[in-house]
Amino acid sequence: MHMSERAGHKAVPVAGDWSPDMIHQEVAALQHEPGALLPILHALQDRIGYVPEGAVPIIAEMLQQTRADIHGVISFYHHFRTRPAGSNVLEVCRAEACQARGGRALERHVQEKLGVGYHETTADNEFTLAPVYCLGNCACGPSIRVNNDVIGRVTPQKFDQLADKLTTSVLQLK
Amino acid sequence: MTTTIYVPCDTTALSLGADRVAQELLLAAAAQNLDVNLMRNGSRGLFWLEPLIEVQTPYGRVAYGPVEPDQVEELVVAGLFEGHPDHPLYLGDIAQHPYLQQQQRLTFARIGITDPICIEDYIAHGGFAGLKKAAALAPQGIVDEVKASGLRGRGGAAFPAGIKWQTVLDEPQNQQKYVVCNADEGDSGTFADRLVMECDPYMLIEGMAIAGLAVGATLGFIYVRSEYLLSKKMLDEAIRTAEAHGYLGDNVCGNGRSFRLEARLGAGAYICGEETSLLESLEGKRGLVRSKPPLPAIKGLFGQPTVVNNVLSLAAVPYILAHGGKAYADYGMGRSLGTLPIQLAGNIKQGGLIELAFGVTLRKILEDFGAGTFTGRPMKAVQVGGPLMAYMPENQWDTPMDYEAFAKLGAGIGHGGVVVFDDTVDMGEQARFAMEFCAVESCGKCTPCRIGSVRGVEVIDRIRAGDNRDNNLVLLEELCETMVDGSLCAMGGMTPFPVQSVMKHFPEDLMASPRPVEA
Repeated sequence: MHMSERAGHKAVPVAGDWSPDMIHQEVAALQHEPGALLPILHALQDRIGYVPEGAVPIIAEMLQQTRADIHGVISFYHHFRTRPAGSNVLEVCRAEACQARGGRALERHVQEKLGVGYHETTADNEFTLAPVYCLGNCACGPSIRVNNDVIGRVTPQKFDQLADKLTTSVLQLK
Repeated sequence: MTTTIYVPCDTTALSLGADRVAQELLLAAAAQNLDVNLMRNGSRGLFWLEPLIEVQTPYGRVAYGPVEPDQVEELVVAGLFEGHPDHPLYLGDIAQHPYLQQQQRLTFARIGITDPICIEDYIAHGGFAGLKKAAALAPQGIVDEVKASGLRGRGGAAFPAGIKWQTVLDEPQNQQKYVVCNADEGDSGTFADRLVMECDPYMLIEGMAIAGLAVGATLGFIYVRSEYLLSKKMLDEAIRTAEAHGYLGDNVCGNGRSFRLEARLGAGAYICGEETSLLESLEGKRGLVRSKPPLPAIKGLFGQPTVVNNVLSLAAVPYILAHGGKAYADYGMGRSLGTLPIQLAGNIKQGGLIELAFGVTLRKILEDFGAGTFTGRPMKAVQVGGPLMAYMPENQWDTPMDYEAFAKLGAGIGHGGVVVFDDTVDMGEQARFAMEFCAVESCGKCTPCRIGSVRGVEVIDRIRAGDNRDNNLVLLEELCETMVDGSLCAMGGMTPFPVQSVMKHFPEDLMASPRPVEA
């Protein structure tokens, strides 16, 4: 299913949307795998929408590692968030192949349109904007990713239509 | 009578609306009471034509593309379901397309033709022939075939795969060994790994199982970057199916040996494409680069002997085993044997996947395949081999694609990405971006990379602002040398290559003030 049909059907992560039991459950399901930490962090972020700071001591204790170890891994990887994101995570490709097709202008347009910079969330909580370095769609750039869907040949006009569609379909549900 | 229609399901086709095209086709067929069998094939890698619809006809698979979802109706009226030629998007029998006809597809022979997760389709198109041969050979016999093929690592370092496998095979057998596939395809301008995983995942599974039998490894991991969620999904399903059919598991192809496979997700770190950083990440740690030696072949994943190969290296192995190392080595030139999957990207009219024997000139790729820029403006620079490689000016485009020929120019082939820029590019900004990217993605373990990249951005900004320009140019040159000589891995060690190429070939851009970007 493509993004256009999927918009509005996903759970919006909300702070307080987790419990220690939930963390225990996810860690216990994976802790005996070799090199379990990344799979655990993915499982938590997929379920809660982010990796809560309160999960760190629980993971540390269950994996018999220090809190610093766990924090160090979470902070090393761009993918993991420790706070909830907006309703839509919007990633704009900043890499060379997209630059060659107008990616720099698109980056600027997106930031102006949404009124936020990278790693920021819009005031209405609709979009969290993040840079991404290559989506592997390099012959059809510039590319963006909205949640899990890659979109190619994005012009400023195409982006505006998309942003409007995403915000409108969410409103219709309310 | 049932009409068979194909609509690709790879990331590029989906990014351009392939799902909606498929829906529109089904609606149109229902409106006509037409019995349609809609297949979701992989992409053929002719990306400027995506979404590409194919219709099975008595005279081949007739194609139309690129199809916007709202063009489906008019295509149907023009006779799409019968394969009528009466429409501007009509392309005829797609297998006869010159872009495909001029290629030598050994690794990518099946993409776009088959349903990626249908194992019967894979087998019907020659799949698992290599693994069956390998299962009947002694481990040394498998390694000898790979050595005879001349296959060199396609991830970028071009190290002979057979020698790496021999090293792991020669380690004592009474211990756990691993095969790790590097699917952290982070270089901008590359998508060949993704095409393997999304469009022909069993080929990678087969290559890894062969590697497992060759070196005595019983467990393999595919480390997929988190940007490639669709690849991960395809692999998970293909691994389950391959196991159910006895191509993985406790008794691979009935030869009594065991090999299991698991796909793991990265988490957004370019550095994890470096093999030792990748191993750290698989172990559940920060992706910090390890010092070498020891080589991963001797002390790799969890300290055990490990084959670490790129997707394309492992994907080349089924062909090599099925047809013999010599058949593969008959392609190519000098010490660059076999075929190179070139990924033509950026500002190019006809971008896509081009698999050819080593030795083709860059100009042939740009002109014959690419047909010029997407914008129609003159080309100015081409970056071959990813963000850590040189920008090449036009006087270097007649160089044959060969590891040694490119190295002589201070350039590289890397993972085979070719990114084209037209004459509006500001090469000073490209040099600055190389340093900026390194600052964002450095693992931080060694100083030349961690600090050098930050200083590099600052020095380039001063040069471009006209601040003490001559001295800052000397400083930039020295900084580049320090990073090249003093960094622990290729990230810091090669980030200067694009910068130095701009200093050498495009100095006028570097000296000029940055051009404003209009939103």
